[in-house]
Amino acid sequence: MADDPLASVEPRAGVPKPDPILVVDGVQRRYGGLVAVDVDHLEVQRGVITSLIGPNGAGKTTFFNLLCGFDKPDAGRWTFRGDHVEGTSPHVLARKGMVRTFQLTKTLGRMTVLDNMLLAGRDQRGESAVRGLVRGTWKGQEAELEAKAHDLLVRFKLDAKAGDYAAGLSGGQRKLLEMARALMTDPALVMLDEPMAGVNPALTQSLLGHVTALRDEGMSVLFVEHDMDVIMTISDWVVCMAEGRVIAEGRPADIAGNAEVIEAYLGIDHGGSVSGEIR
Amino acid sequence: MSWISVFALALQTAVGFQGASYALAATGLNLQFGYTGLSNFGHVGFLMMGAYGMAIASDRGWSIWVGLALGIGAAVLLGLALGIPTLRLRADYLSVVTIATAEILRLVANARPSAPVTGASRGIGGLSESLGFFRPNFFPEGKYGIGNSFLFSSRQLWSMVVAWSCVLVVTLLVRAWVRSPWGRVLRAIREDEDAARALGKNVVVFKLQSFVIGGSIGALAGALIALDAGSVNPGRWIAPLTFALYTVVILGGAGTVWGPVVGAVTYWFLLDFVDGALNNLWFDVSDTTAGAVRLALMGVGLMLLMIYRPQGILGSKEEMLASGR
Amino acid sequence: MSHHRPLRPWRFALVLLVLVALWPAAARAQEGDDADAGCAFTKREAIEANGGPLGSAIWGRLCQVREGKPSYPEGVEITVSQGEEEVGSATTGADGVFVIEIPGNGTYEVSLDVETLPKGFSLTDADRSTLGNVRVNLGDQQAAFRLGEDTRGQRDFSDYATTFAKGLRLGLIIAVAAVGLSLVYGVTGLINFAHAELVTFGAIVAFALSDAGVPFWLAVALAVVAGGALGLANDRLLWRPLRRRNMALISQMVVSIGLSIAARNIFQIVFGPNSRRYVAAAGQRESAYGPFRLTTNDLLIMGISVAVLVALTVLLRRTRLGTAIRATADNQDLAASSGIAVDRIISIVWIICGALAALGGILYGLSVTVKYDMGFILLLSLFAAVVLGGLGNAYGAVLGAIVIGVVQEMSGLFIDTAYKFVVALLVLILVLLIRPQGILGSRERFG
Repeated sequence: MADDPLASVEPRAGVPKPDPILVVDGVQRRYGGLVAVDVDHLEVQRGVITSLIGPNGAGKTTFFNLLCGFDKPDAGRWTFRGDHVEGTSPHVLARKGMVRTFQLTKTLGRMTVLDNMLLAGRDQRGESAVRGLVRGTWKGQEAELEAKAHDLLVRFKLDAKAGDYAAGLSGGQRKLLEMARALMTDPALVMLDEPMAGVNPALTQSLLGHVTALRDEGMSVLFVEHDMDVIMTISDWVVCMAEGRVIAEGRPADIAGNAEVIEAYLGIDHGGSVSGEIR
Repeated sequence: MSWISVFALALQTAVGFQGASYALAATGLNLQFGYTGLSNFGHVGFLMMGAYGMAIASDRGWSIWVGLALGIGAAVLLGLALGIPTLRLRADYLSVVTIATAEILRLVANARPSAPVTGASRGIGGLSESLGFFRPNFFPEGKYGIGNSFLFSSRQLWSMVVAWSCVLVVTLLVRAWVRSPWGRVLRAIREDEDAARALGKNVVVFKLQSFVIGGSIGALAGALIALDAGSVNPGRWIAPLTFALYTVVILGGAGTVWGPVVGAVTYWFLLDFVDGALNNLWFDVSDTTAGAVRLALMGVGLMLLMIYRPQGILGSKEEMLASGR
Repeated sequence: MSHHRPLRPWRFALVLLVLVALWPAAARAQEGDDADAGCAFTKREAIEANGGPLGSAIWGRLCQVREGKPSYPEGVEITVSQGEEEVGSATTGADGVFVIEIPGNGTYEVSLDVETLPKGFSLTDADRSTLGNVRVNLGDQQAAFRLGEDTRGQRDFSDYATTFAKGLRLGLIIAVAAVGLSLVYGVTGLINFAHAELVTFGAIVAFALSDAGVPFWLAVALAVVAGGALGLANDRLLWRPLRRRNMALISQMVVSIGLSIAARNIFQIVFGPNSRRYVAAAGQRESAYGPFRLTTNDLLIMGISVAVLVALTVLLRRTRLGTAIRATADNQDLAASSGIAVDRIISIVWIICGALAALGGILYGLSVTVKYDMGFILLLSLFAAVVLGGLGNAYGAVLGAIVIGVVQEMSGLFIDTAYKFVVALLVLILVLLIRPQGILGSRERFG
């Protein structure tokens, strides 16, 4: 990027950013006696790609779910675009411009690809049970949505599949559909939960291209990722979690050389034991 | 009895009031279960609201329209009372709470202290006279039909015409609904409610709407059943009726517009045909045994259907395969 | 069993609150009067009053003790019906006698029209204006309506204690029958409607064996083994193949409904529509144990239930098998990846489920009667118990069962008995409103 807004930001955990879209304070989530997430302070910069990394069991997905309203924290506050949104339902957050995807894709199998897309349209008049009965009230909006969906499907190379049931798509195509569908909501912040998991290398490149394109169109992206190589190539900023805490932040180069991050990864991978990720 | 009359009698039940009332009740269930994925195992409770609405109106000397409003109003309240606490929870809870509530309602109606309102175990009779359901009947006295078995009396014909008209109107209404963006959200919830939530849909509100509308359709069916029978008593509103309606929905094709109609007609035809066939082939069985054999076959039928043809008669195989998750 | 937490005191407090709310503020001890004084009525007196042989008839005399003397209400309408049809009716004469002709032996419903009772007369128990199950085997039968003051609310402490104990007995039976339902839900996610028929199956097999001359204890043991075998067959022949097909749980639930309807009606064809009584249930007399009046069977039922539930707890807590079951319920994928043969564990859970359901059915049959739909009638209580305790939590199911059993029985002391089941289900719905995950269930987690 020609003019990096994060250029002057110091690489340390909890550092303030010049233009944060999301600001998190003291978020905690406990299961029984176990603290799964304990994030003191975190700011996510607007208009860049931020990635959230960490070894298995670091609490990334739990943290991510908390932010999107899919789980309730035991303590903590956070703001999105300046509004306090702790305790807000996921659908309200989505309407405020925070849209998420899922690690295990949630495409709607018994609906066509096009219906998957149309569903995501904002403020649909026909979604009222009363107006839904009167076709005239929503026909025009539906046509606009169809045009928009078509453009997005072309962009994600899914236009040929528009009439197929989403269950008939390949795993990679489902990832693409989920991302395209998220864009139907005109989001300000796109939250991607391990978008590259279980995807072949060719598709990974294409997905990475789409993620970069989101940023270039002015959206903010926060994504959870496990694979270090992926992160290093496209992230503008990296946040590393371990044992529920943010242990380091910085540009990819800062993180790659960070001793704590390396230790966190090695410490867990050492001995090859499976540590069940807390969901 | 000749095989032709066995066939004719089965057909008579299927296209008659029985078929129509089940089609209507199943249409409500189809909206909830087939389109929204709500496991309402207490649908019979909604039917009961409609039936008792009519019965109470008749008992107090109110008009048929007050009875209908009473029944549907009660169904709406029941839907809200059940839906608001449980639709936030996992699907399992809805199924248990609905089946329990339907049973509570039946037991309350059946209990002696409820006699002043519900007539307790005896129920309330004389509905058709006091509510004047058959007054607008324009069919002259006589028998209508073909041959000696496929015959309807003027009253039967009237009930049947009214019921099928309701089925037609409600089905067209549901058709408009499920083809709208509103219906699209319902189907999305059925497929994966977290996905719908993540895309900004207030899932609980949609589920509640579907639940209440489906319940009201059930109440309308219950009201018609009460009017046709002329009396209401609690013995009828038991869980197996709900299960029969599930069979109808799945047989016709859950999540298809005309599925409940096709399902209800087929269900009654098969059930009555088997009944007649059993009587023809197996003279020495007592009535209760024949009834049990029929129901056992229905149970096995429901299992086989769900396992080998879950899409029912109208559903598409392709769509069903898509649901494998 | 998705999550095991230590029992917290406030959870018990909630249960205690329910119990305390139902406990009388002060138990009044009062002598009940002898309502039968001078009111006894014999067949000879009936023939005399009838002025000739009775023939096929249901007969009786209405009589109430007033100021120490028997008096007879005149002009009371009594109706006999069978199924939905009225068989006959009669009005009592000045001597309070009624004789109603019936078509023959069978089971009838006899009801008294309360509206026609003269002033000063009333039924002792207002719910008993209809005798629902009057069986006529020898041509004629007396139908006895109890008249006199309603003595409810005048019970002594022993009545409360005894009812509590009976509630505990019912709760323990529900617990034994329901624990398997909860375990199966825990490991497979299936809400099995046909669980009711596993309960009935046990009761019927034990009945058939003991009817054929097998000693009762052996019949019970064999029926429990048969129940376990049926549980295994259920899993192997039906549910495992359906799991392999990845059938949605809601569809599996519908399959279980079909199975339940089919099995119940097959039981009706094989066993007949009537209820029957175990020989071992006959001739039971209550004796006093402190304030509790219980029969030997009551004690046996409670003893066996407690022993079985304790054994199950030990199995789940202290053995490798138990650990494997709990791990499978917790997270199937994780269990499989740590080397647990999930399919085998599920089969074992089904065996336990079938055996416990069968035992529950036998115990329930001992405390009431054996009938083809007894399990189905119990099913809602089983569901209520399982949900109340927290779906999938086996200990929760036991606790939930005891709450449901005690609430059901105790509520009969305070409100019309016709509503006692209603109260139990209302408790369930209330608990769900306050604590959706049930008493011991863990908090719902998303994502």
